[in-house]
Amino acid sequence: MASTDIQRTIDAVWRIESARLIAALARIVRDVGLAEDLAQDALVAALERWPETGVPDNPGAWLMTTARHRAIDHLRRRRRFAERQAEIGRDLEVRRDLATDEVEAALDDDIGDDLLRLMFTACHPVLATEARVALTLRLLGGLTTDEIARAFLVPEATLAQRIVRAKRTLAEARVPFEVPRGGERAQRLASVLEVVYLIFNEGYLATAGSDWLRPALCEEALRLGRVLAGLAPDEPEVHGLVALMELQASRARARVGPGGVPVLLLEQDRSRWDRLLIRRGLAALARAEALGGALGPYALQAAIAACHARALTAAETDWARIAALYDALAQLAPSPVVELNRAVAVGMAFGPAAGLEVADALTAEPALRSYHLLPSVRGDLLAKLGRLAEARTEFERAAGLTRNAQEQALLLDRAAACARGERPRR
Amino acid sequence: MRFMLLMIPKGYETAAPGTVPDDAVRVEEMMKFNESLQKAGVLLALDGLHPPSMGARVSFAGGKARVTDGPFPEAKEVVGGYWMIQVGSRAEAIEWASRCPATDDEVIEVRQVQEVADFPEDVQQIAGDLPDLQRRVGQRD
Amino acid sequence: MRVMVIKKECRDSEPAAKPTKEMLAAFGKFHEELVKAGVVLASERLHPGSEAIQMRFSGGKGTVIDGPFAETKELVAGFWLWQVGSMEEAVEWLKRAPFEEGAELELRQVYEMPALGG
Repeated sequence: MASTDIQRTIDAVWRIESARLIAALARIVRDVGLAEDLAQDALVAALERWPETGVPDNPGAWLMTTARHRAIDHLRRRRRFAERQAEIGRDLEVRRDLATDEVEAALDDDIGDDLLRLMFTACHPVLATEARVALTLRLLGGLTTDEIARAFLVPEATLAQRIVRAKRTLAEARVPFEVPRGGERAQRLASVLEVVYLIFNEGYLATAGSDWLRPALCEEALRLGRVLAGLAPDEPEVHGLVALMELQASRARARVGPGGVPVLLLEQDRSRWDRLLIRRGLAALARAEALGGALGPYALQAAIAACHARALTAAETDWARIAALYDALAQLAPSPVVELNRAVAVGMAFGPAAGLEVADALTAEPALRSYHLLPSVRGDLLAKLGRLAEARTEFERAAGLTRNAQEQALLLDRAAACARGERPRR
Repeated sequence: MRFMLLMIPKGYETAAPGTVPDDAVRVEEMMKFNESLQKAGVLLALDGLHPPSMGARVSFAGGKARVTDGPFPEAKEVVGGYWMIQVGSRAEAIEWASRCPATDDEVIEVRQVQEVADFPEDVQQIAGDLPDLQRRVGQRD
Repeated sequence: MRVMVIKKECRDSEPAAKPTKEMLAAFGKFHEELVKAGVVLASERLHPGSEAIQMRFSGGKGTVIDGPFAETKELVAGFWLWQVGSMEEAVEWLKRAPFEEGAELELRQVYEMPALGG
């Protein structure tokens, strides 16, 4: 094993230290892009020196000292420039930041706040979503441009440009390096959570056999979520998102069957569910609820996932509770897909006729026109009601709408079963 | 009460990197056992561990940490995997352990897990903050 | 990836020195840092090895064997489960731990259950 391999050790140190380093530098130089450049300079210096000297006892402090020297050089040059521009106010700021003692003390005290500032900045709404995602993985995840590019299936050059432009946008918009307060905070936090969940979903949907970096995005998103929960422990939706991710991740190993066939939740082998992640997810959900955030959209989705997680077998699922949660979600964050899921839950809890009533209301919904799950759900409910001819039509329609060969086969099987006069067992 | 069931397979201390269970029947039996723990609602966690040849040791002496890569020739036996279960009594834990489809070459060690209330008082005082912290960051019930 | 960090019980016949308040505080601070870094998945201490029970199996039946167990046996005192990017990262974190003189830790990679389709 290569624990003594210096390159891998430096990579590991970078993964541990880079976010904090960039965050602390960003507060000093007040420019996230510049902060990253300075941090990278320090990394280059480490790559040059440590193979000879060995990894220092306190690698974080070594990197910070190295980066800070370069920061001071940069700020001196900027001050000379500012003097010529007579930016007195900024100059005073710069002089204060150069005080070594303050920098050292600030490293310890404010690092939590600095990391939070960095998260909010990387996810600033002035940036396009994909730029926020790339910048977050770069600045807070410590991933290289190549790694991010591979994870999102884009060419490295494209990703590199995306990051360069993102930094420039932040600088030009003079986005302040701060934690938003007051009325702005909720919306800005929602932006951060959206980015983290996007990263998670990208990893979650990656198929087996793809580049290992893609499923690893789930772990990275989970880690970022947990970091955020530590930085903002009083925000219920942060815990709600962490809960949702832990619970979804707990099912990762049961989602795919032999041959790569996707397995529906209700048919998954629950002994393959990761119970450690389930416990963690339930704990995070409890935290969200204790903070009064039970009705947040992430907390509600997590509560639905928790209902499934608590059921030791599919038959023990508390469908009435799930239906009630979808009710709440439909009011809070309505969408046709939420309504469709509600139809399924209502059908399971109160019988297929009730479920069909909800699903029927969606047939005119334009957003679901080409969504194969709508006819699939209607087909299932109709079959349970014994309306087999109609059910068959729906299954065939669904098969026509999906491009996934396995799903198609499954749906055509169900259509054939209806044609044979077979009602579903449950 | 929570218990760890530590699986100690004879010879695993010298297993090569990348060793995986290849006996399909045995794997199937283990999965059935895992399922029975889960269905009974007692399973809290389980994991298999790669052999020490893929691991490392860190020892602390003179205020410094010394790292050594596996394998470790002097090790007589090593943990190959574990289950963590939640049961009402020690006897129940032993009963579950006895149902494990282990072979003659395996030993299962049953160890009770400490709850914070079990710690000595001064440790409680400090360690007591930890569950609080974990609860605050949403990582513990 | 996941790494299990196993703390061994002191092997000497003398019981380990009682940890000082300072040591406990330092350790608590370190653990807090790990939790906040999103690394810790689980953290548990076990009851002493003197209370351990061992079972042997024969013909599919398990029976309890009486102690005391071999002196060379290294008993697990407690463990962490960490989520990290590499073994090197786990080692780097562990090097920062303010463990007491003579403490021994073993790091083991956790076997990831393969996705069936993979």
